[in-house]
Amino acid sequence: MIALRNYFGTIFYALYTVAVGMKITWGRLFKPAVTIQYPDQKMKMPERARNRLYVNIDDCIGCDQCSMACPVDCITIETIKAPADVDLGVTSTGNKKRLYVPKFDIDIAKCCYCGLCVPPCPTECIVMTDVYEFSEFNRRDLIYNFSAMTPDQIVEARARAKKAEEETAAKKAAAAATAAQAKAAAAVNPVPTTPPATTSSMPKPEPPKPD
Amino acid sequence: MELIQSLLANEIVVAILLSALPLVFILVYALVTLYMEMKVAAHMQDRLAYMRTGWHGVLQPFADILKLLQKEDIIPFAADKLLFQLAPYVVFIGTYAGFAFIPFSSIYIGSNINLGAFFLVAAGSLVVIGILMGGWASNNKWSIFGGLRSASQMISYEIPTALAIVIAVMITGSLNLQDIVKFQEGGIHNWLLFGGPMASVTLTQKLLLIPFTLVTFIILFTASLAEVNRTPFDLPEAESELVQGFNTEYSGMRFAMFYLAEYANMFLVSGVAVSLFLGGWSSPFGSLMSGTIWGIFWFVLKAMVFVFLQIWIRWTLPRLRVDQLMYTSWKVLTPLLFGCLFAIGLILVW
Ligand code: SF4
Ligand code: SF4
Repeated sequence: MIALRNYFGTIFYALYTVAVGMKITWGRLFKPAVTIQYPDQKMKMPERARNRLYVNIDDCIGCDQCSMACPVDCITIETIKAPADVDLGVTSTGNKKRLYVPKFDIDIAKCCYCGLCVPPCPTECIVMTDVYEFSEFNRRDLIYNFSAMTPDQIVEARARAKKAEEETAAKKAAAAATAAQAKAAAAVNPVPTTPPATTSSMPKPEPPKPD
Repeated sequence: MELIQSLLANEIVVAILLSALPLVFILVYALVTLYMEMKVAAHMQDRLAYMRTGWHGVLQPFADILKLLQKEDIIPFAADKLLFQLAPYVVFIGTYAGFAFIPFSSIYIGSNINLGAFFLVAAGSLVVIGILMGGWASNNKWSIFGGLRSASQMISYEIPTALAIVIAVMITGSLNLQDIVKFQEGGIHNWLLFGGPMASVTLTQKLLLIPFTLVTFIILFTASLAEVNRTPFDLPEAESELVQGFNTEYSGMRFAMFYLAEYANMFLVSGVAVSLFLGGWSSPFGSLMSGTIWGIFWFVLKAMVFVFLQIWIRWTLPRLRVDQLMYTSWKVLTPLLFGCLFAIGLILVW
C-alpha cells in the first residue's frame, strides 16, 4: 500500500514540479530581456574601470617609475637630459621637468590593465581611461607612442645634450686637472709658484674622461 | 482533388505533386519553428536572440540555411562511407513517410489507407534505424553512444505511443486517421480528449472516459517527446555529454537534413496527437469556421500549439538520466497505459 502511494506520489510530484518549472519559464517569457545590444547600447563604465591607458605627456617628467612598476614590461621610456640652460617648464603639479622624453611607448597589446603603473607616477600623468574599443588589424598599431617630440626635435635635443655633456665633462676635466696640478705642485714644492689661472684658462687639455 | 486531377489529367503527376505538398509545408514550417525556438528560448532566459538580421532577426533562419548549404560536406576518414551518407536521408524519409497519414484537411491526406495509424508507428521505426546508422557509421565513441541510446530510447517509447494510438483506435473503431478525425467532428466536446462524441457513447460512459483519455493524452505527448529526442529526453544528442551524439560528425547539408528531420518530427508527433485526441482539422466550434481552408488552419494551429509546448518544455526541464528514462517508460507510462486500455475497454463494452 505504501509502495503504491509512493509510486503515485512520485508521479504527481514529478508532474507538479514540471508545472512549477513551466510556470517560471512562462513568466520569464514576458519579462523584458536584460540584453544590452552592445554596439548600439553601451553599459556605463564604472568610475574606476581600468581600460586603455592615457599619458598626458606634457606632465611627464620621465622618471621611469611607471615602467619599473609594470609587471609585463610594456612601457618603454627613453629620456634625454636637458642642458642646464634649457628650461622645460614645470608640470601642472608643480614638479620641474628636467628630462626630454623622446620615447614613451606603451604596448597596449601586452598590457594586462593591472593599473600598477598609475599610482607610482609623481605627477599623476599616466591614467586609465574608460576607452575599451581599440582593436586593430595590425598588432603593431597597438604600440602607442605618447611622446610629443618630432624626430627633428629629438635629434636636436640629442645634439644639445651631447654638447652640454661634453662641456660639463670638459669643465670637470679641467677642474680635475687644476686640482691635480695644484696637488702635485703642493707635493713637490710647498710654495705654489705655478699660476693656476693660466692652466684653467687653457682650452681643453684632453678629451672628456669616460664617466 | 478531382479538380486538380482533371486539370492535369495524369495520375502520376498529380500523385507526385500532392506528395510534395507536405515537403513544401515542412520547409516553411522549419524556418518558422527555427526562428520561434530561438526566440522563445532566448526570452525564457531573459535574452533577445537574433536582433541583427532584419527586423528582430527574422532573416536569421535564411542566413542559417544559406550557411549550411555552403558548408563543406565532411566525411570522416574512418567512417563507413555509404551508411554515413545514407543515414540523414533515412531519418528524413522515416519522418516524411509519417506525413502521408496525417490528414491536413478534410480533402487532403497523403495516403488515405485504412491502416494509417499502424503505418505511422511502423514508419517511426525507420527513424531509429537512420539514427543508429549515423551513430555507427561515424566511427566515433560519442556518436555510437548517441545511436545506441537513441535506439533503446525509441524502442522503449514506441510502446507507450503505440498503446495510446491503440486506445484512440479502440474508441473510434478505425485505423484511418481521416476517419478518426471525422469521428470527432462537431466541436470541442466531441474530441477524444473529452471522451469522444455523444453519438457513440452515453453520458455516463463519456464522463467515465474523460479521466482515462486525459491520462492517455498526457502519456502520448510525453512519449512523443521522447520519440523526437527532445529535452527532457534528448539523451541521444545531449550536447553537454555526447557532443550532439549521433550527428557529431555531420556537417553541411547532411547535418541540415538531421535538423530538418527533427523539426519535421516535432510537427509529426504533434499532428498525430492532435489528430487522435484533439479533433485534427475539425473546428472546435462545431460547424462555425469549418471548411477546407479552415481545416488546414485549425490543424496547423493545434499542432503548432504543441510544437510550442515542446519548445517550452525543452527550455524548462533538465535532461533525464538513462535509468530515469527507462523507469519513466517501463514503470510509469506503459503500466498506466495498460490500466487505461483496460479501463476504457471495460467502459466501452459496458
Ligand atoms: S596597466 Fe599594468 S600592464 Fe598595463 S602598462 Fe600599466 S603596469 Fe603595465
Ligand atoms: S611615472 Fe609618470 S612622470 Fe614618471 S615616466 Fe611614468 S608617466 Fe612619466
